[in-house]
Amino acid sequence: MDDLIVKTITRLIVPFIQVYGIFIILHGHISPGGGFSGGAVLGSSMILFTLSYGLTDATKKLPHKVTGVLESGGIIWYILLGLMGILLGGKFLSNKEVGFFMGQAGEILSAGIIPLITVAIGIKVASTVITLFHTIIEED
Amino acid sequence: MELLNVILVVFLIVCAIAVERTKDLLGAVIIFAAYSLTMAVLWLMLKAPDIALTEAAIGAGATTILFVAVISRTRRMEK
Repeated sequence: MDDLIVKTITRLIVPFIQVYGIFIILHGHISPGGGFSGGAVLGSSMILFTLSYGLTDATKKLPHKVTGVLESGGIIWYILLGLMGILLGGKFLSNKEVGFFMGQAGEILSAGIIPLITVAIGIKVASTVITLFHTIIEED
Repeated sequence: MELLNVILVVFLIVCAIAVERTKDLLGAVIIFAAYSLTMAVLWLMLKAPDIALTEAAIGAGATTILFVAVISRTRRMEK
């Protein structure tokens, strides 16, 4: 699709969508939203880019190999954080019992490992959405 | 607030019936996007803003685009 208006609007609006998605992911433990919602918003921004610029430009920006690595890396990060609880003498994904940093409720740096887990889920969901869309629309 | 709720629910039911009865598949997908957007507003009124956020991004955004991609691969009209 070669439309100047669509391309210009996409180029202007995609950074704001991505900043909003990152905001939702990073505030997952103190406001509505979290890893799944923020990851979906991030993936949708990349889908918008693919629709207006075409698949070749999008795969140049974000190759299939990179999304595969991100997808596997997100879930491995999640599992490692969960196993950290067992390593420190608690259950899988145990948080306060094994002494992670709790902080003041309502601030960004609080709630132990929940922000790190939310980031892992966000990366996983975003790369899965992008991989699905690129796989469906690619010509065979 | 009560009146808005009734209007939205009636619109939701009309959309759900129209999706099933439309022969044009592209039109049905667009009606389904309207259904998802109405559902997102209803989730917000039911005090579930996180579900509303997900519904607006997945239901009205990603699902519609995936359906349009599938229709462009197959035919547009229902047999």
